[in-house]
Amino acid sequence: MSSTPHTSDVLLTASRGAALNPSRTVLDNGAVLLTKATHTTPAVTVSLSMRAGSAADPEGLAGTTWLLSRVIDRGTATRTAADIAEELDSRGITLSIGVTRHLFTLVCTCLADDFEPVLALLGDILQSPSLPEDEIDTRKREVVTAIRQDDDNPAVRASETLMALLYPGGHPYGRRTKGSIDIVERLTRDDLVRQHAARFAPSELTAVVVGDVEAGRATEVAARVLGGWTKPAPPPLRLPPAARATARSRVVIPMMNKAQADVAYGFVSITRRDPAYYAFWLMNNAFGQYAIGGRLGDSIRERQGMAYYVSSALDANVIEGPLAIRAGVSPANVDRAVASIDEEIERLVRDGLTPQELDESRRYLIGSIPRALETNAAIANFLQSGEFFGLGLDYDVRLPELLNAVTLDDANAAARRVLDPARATFVVAGPYAGTQ
Amino acid sequence: MATPAEARPGAALRATTLDNGLKILIQEEHTAPLASVWCWYKVGSKDERPGLTGVSHWCEHMNFKGTANIPRDQVKGIIEKFGGSWNGYTWIDQTTYLETATRDALDRMLFIESERMASCLYHPDDCESERTVIISELQGGENDPDQLLDQELTATSFKAHPYRHPTIGWLPDLQTMTRDDLYGYYRRYYVPNNATLVIVGDIVADDALRQAERYFGPIQPGPEPERPRTIEPEQSGERRLTIEKEGTTAYLKVGYHAPAATDPQFFPLLILDAVLTGAKGLNLWSSFRVAPPQRSARLYRALVERRLGSSVSGALMPTEQPFLYTVSVTAADGASQASVESVLLEELDKVRTGGITEAELAKAKAQLRARLVFDSDSVTNIAHQLGYYETIASVDLFAGAPARIAAVTLDQVAAAARSTLTPANRTVGWFIPLPVSR
Repeated sequence: MSSTPHTSDVLLTASRGAALNPSRTVLDNGAVLLTKATHTTPAVTVSLSMRAGSAADPEGLAGTTWLLSRVIDRGTATRTAADIAEELDSRGITLSIGVTRHLFTLVCTCLADDFEPVLALLGDILQSPSLPEDEIDTRKREVVTAIRQDDDNPAVRASETLMALLYPGGHPYGRRTKGSIDIVERLTRDDLVRQHAARFAPSELTAVVVGDVEAGRATEVAARVLGGWTKPAPPPLRLPPAARATARSRVVIPMMNKAQADVAYGFVSITRRDPAYYAFWLMNNAFGQYAIGGRLGDSIRERQGMAYYVSSALDANVIEGPLAIRAGVSPANVDRAVASIDEEIERLVRDGLTPQELDESRRYLIGSIPRALETNAAIANFLQSGEFFGLGLDYDVRLPELLNAVTLDDANAAARRVLDPARATFVVAGPYAGTQ
Repeated sequence: MATPAEARPGAALRATTLDNGLKILIQEEHTAPLASVWCWYKVGSKDERPGLTGVSHWCEHMNFKGTANIPRDQVKGIIEKFGGSWNGYTWIDQTTYLETATRDALDRMLFIESERMASCLYHPDDCESERTVIISELQGGENDPDQLLDQELTATSFKAHPYRHPTIGWLPDLQTMTRDDLYGYYRRYYVPNNATLVIVGDIVADDALRQAERYFGPIQPGPEPERPRTIEPEQSGERRLTIEKEGTTAYLKVGYHAPAATDPQFFPLLILDAVLTGAKGLNLWSSFRVAPPQRSARLYRALVERRLGSSVSGALMPTEQPFLYTVSVTAADGASQASVESVLLEELDKVRTGGITEAELAKAKAQLRARLVFDSDSVTNIAHQLGYYETIASVDLFAGAPARIAAVTLDQVAAAARSTLTPANRTVGWFIPLPVSR
């Protein structure tokens, strides 16, 4: 089955707001500043992302970056933990520090009047953390508690085990971001200091400011706060390649104290730079996202009533990331749910999407752009992602064209390239002991 | 009837009531080419009688499954064509449905909501299929010890008032409820005189009102739904519960009966909660997605900084009738449970007898002021707030929130602490993990 590229100028015209058109500056030290003025509310979102995620954890010390993220804002060369707490709390600000495989991100939203002191505070935290011993001890206990909570959570157990199986042998994508209890308990202040010294540098930083502050002023303040940071660029991170599974495999994690079982079922997919990325995006949307879970949701939730949630997620990344299907089902329905996932994959690979399905997903994804870029925090996240993957400042404008260029053949080829029940890896965690 | 009100500075709110009793709130927001429509019903789990617990939430699920003029297989796709999202939720006082999409979807959003109000099908096969979906949702919630404890704490705190049962319902009721139970409930409560329609976005208010009148005007009103009359008797002594179950982590919750949103003590108590655990804002839809600013809050310093808890949180939700103020602690790995509880109760007792300081009052007000701004960052969030407050009390309560917060005094906070945080008014609940046998 084939189709010509779909163009929908009427739709694009109707759905587009003004282009983002962010301002981008590269400082002499290599730090990138992206700014965008908005005036919806008198607030500003500041996002500082370092290319220093958990994939850069030292060999045998998975969890180092996560613990660093819990401690980095607990004191600097010139501020105590209490000073920082007071500066944030008195302004109603929550500083969120997130760690993904590749990024370590400080992000917060503040009132526009507070923008300058808040950016100065975040810059200080990023550049000069003091990492006090007593704070490390306290946060270690919190991380250990969080790991124990994860160990008692079937959804987390299923997802983390799936990643470990898809990326075996200690691969950075297969490791738990928080690490393990024995590693966390062994980590020392020196480990955190070394990690910060090794991976945090201005060349790795993208600072994004979105909100009720003019772009010129935002750039000027950011340059003042971050421009004086000098440090050589770290060596590029080398990741082992990811291999696709050659056979079907299943792991069951019995958790008989639970009421519901969680299924994580997946494949190694593609990199973000793969030319087929947009075909994969559309295929995955139709398969496991559109409305309530795409085809998977239609079959498993709507028609068979087996699950409260089922969906698939594509995480195309620096290397080949996972395409993972997740479902929460009653223990009695685990086998039927897995069989239904198998059947839906077989049907997709054999018969492909219909032109209507592809068109619906395309219209949805293009039409959702203004909604996805409505808030300051959402725009900041979009700009960070665009900078990380080198998508260009006009990515929001080009995105509809990129999606429009995908043909039905492209989307169906994407499904055939990766999805195959005979090579699926899946994990069941919950009150389920396996098929008799 | 038009009652202009200011829901937030600079934003004019247009309020109208149609002849059939439907309230309509419209606010123009021209910051993005989007519109958000919410339809709110004054029906939640407190309106359920014994044997039918969970019926409000189950009806919410059924109301996404086709109507007289929207075939079952065409429900999905109408809003997606406009890049939109849709959803709904049910809680103790309310059931609500929303669509947010590009502004050109307004007509379709209003059409869907009018269909949902008047013409849902409740096909018997769909009712049966949804029974297992909802039981799966319930079981997913039970997987979380914190959620399980919350459910039991609420059930123990209330002896008489229907706030005591969980919104998702009790499992035996979900196993036995019939299609007729569901449909009868739907017809009783889904009437225009029990609803509020909210439209916010890049629209022209006059045009939006005309469109809303066209779709909703012909819907006939129904008899005024009966309201629960039960008033929870005053609690006369501390209550306790312990759940012992296999797990890895201990959780503590302390719940106090707390005033309704319209009570003069509500905003002082909101300030008190900010002092204890950080300000959350006033938006059930968005506030809890980001942790509150709490590093300098009393309970964070007393529990988390002293390695007794790995997290602490407080929850005071605006509700129609008196509900609960709940403080939750996740015990830190290795911490003594007795110490966690005694330190928490000591801190609560300290604020009950000593009140808060001027500096704490000022900080709490600053936090709440910022949170109210952050809560209004999208058409979806703004529309939620208008409908939420109109449903539990009045939209004027939301419009007046900044002024009420600013006016709270030290004495008012002290009085709210004295009357709420008494030992006789509290229920203490523990989840104690037993060793996991695998």
